[in-house]
Amino acid sequence: MTSPPLEVVIVGSGPAGLTAAIYCARANLEPLVFEGEPSSTGDQPGGQLMITTDVENYPGFPEGILGPDLMAAFRAQAARFGADLRTEKVSRVDFSRRPFRLWVGDGEAPAATAQAVIVSTGAQSLMLGLEAEERLMGRGLSTCATCDGFFFSGREIAVVGGGDSAMEEALFLTKFATKVTVIHRRDQLRASKIMQDRAFASDRIDFLWNHTVVDILGSDVLEGVRVRHTGNGAEQTLPLAGLFIAIGHRPNTDLFKDSLAMHPNGYLITEPGSTRTNIPGVFACGDVQDDVYRQAVTAAGSGCMAAIDAERWLEAQHDAGHR
Amino acid sequence: MAGITTLSSASFDETVGAAAKPVLVDFWAEWCGPCKMIAPILDELAGEHGESITFAKLNVDDAPDVARRHGVMSIPTLIVFNDGEAAMRIVGAKSKAALLEDLAEFL
Repeated sequence: MTSPPLEVVIVGSGPAGLTAAIYCARANLEPLVFEGEPSSTGDQPGGQLMITTDVENYPGFPEGILGPDLMAAFRAQAARFGADLRTEKVSRVDFSRRPFRLWVGDGEAPAATAQAVIVSTGAQSLMLGLEAEERLMGRGLSTCATCDGFFFSGREIAVVGGGDSAMEEALFLTKFATKVTVIHRRDQLRASKIMQDRAFASDRIDFLWNHTVVDILGSDVLEGVRVRHTGNGAEQTLPLAGLFIAIGHRPNTDLFKDSLAMHPNGYLITEPGSTRTNIPGVFACGDVQDDVYRQAVTAAGSGCMAAIDAERWLEAQHDAGHR
Repeated sequence: MAGITTLSSASFDETVGAAAKPVLVDFWAEWCGPCKMIAPILDELAGEHGESITFAKLNVDDAPDVARRHGVMSIPTLIVFNDGEAAMRIVGAKSKAALLEDLAEFL
């Protein structure tokens, strides 16, 4: 690859990455965005909003907006200002020297080199870690209520988890299922008050408190789950047609495990009040560095911060003649 | 250049059962984000490999009976039918390269 290094490459295309792209493009940094590749896990172009339904808390949309529609608008706005959007997934990075190098697929030559990199690879759904998961995924087991709820009309299903995502999924699924059991390992929810109130008000949602899922049953199609009481260890089998997993997220940071500083839980470490990572010139924004707020609007906000941090850092480099 | 055939409950069995070559059916719906992501990839594949495989799509909203009959519980699901029998099932969105790898035996 002989083309000159770019000013900035953005890895990831959720609210954080695309906001960074809009700001970088408007600052004439001509950003290249590696959007990622299609998948159904949250690790995909557009990020986790691509597998959610109504977004009711993104300011500016008083009636709410569908997640995929919101991301299509973000993308169009970044494209309008000239961001180079590529539906490719970065497979390897070298941040040990500048210009930084990034690879796609198993190619020998880097797909891009850049003076600055903004990491916005987000997070994806945690799985339960059970052997049956891979076998039954898409056969009654799901991490995407939007995609799969339709197939459970008139059936009884369960959602595992106690946060906002779990309540959103449970409420959405009541449109289809006759009964939704929320299985949660504690005796109270972590979800926001408004989501709790809505879930408690639904006559189709039941709660199974203080239980964990220890096995998923069924050979070709999910038939039920085995649950265990967290206190006394008593187990029981729940016959179910579907199980939706919403127990939290893990950051998409495997790509950076040899190069960027991380917390023990895998989230990237940024300097407080900034998006700077431990490598000068590499910035991180959105859920990949945030296990506290994890909102579309906070991701977008930190994407803006990363673009401004990158722009100022590049200016300082140019002023110092480091090119 | 071959396009993508739109199937319905009425045309499904005839198209899939009587086909001389494998038929890939994309079970999709308007409200499915990952389905929209792979739609352009399937258009490309239909253009490039339409000689080997007939590419078709079925909207599960219009034909829930067909989806149910084939055990589709998640979309996108791609099923390749060979001599009318389901020979391969791919669940979830994937990149073009990953789909090509999966479909290699039919190409």
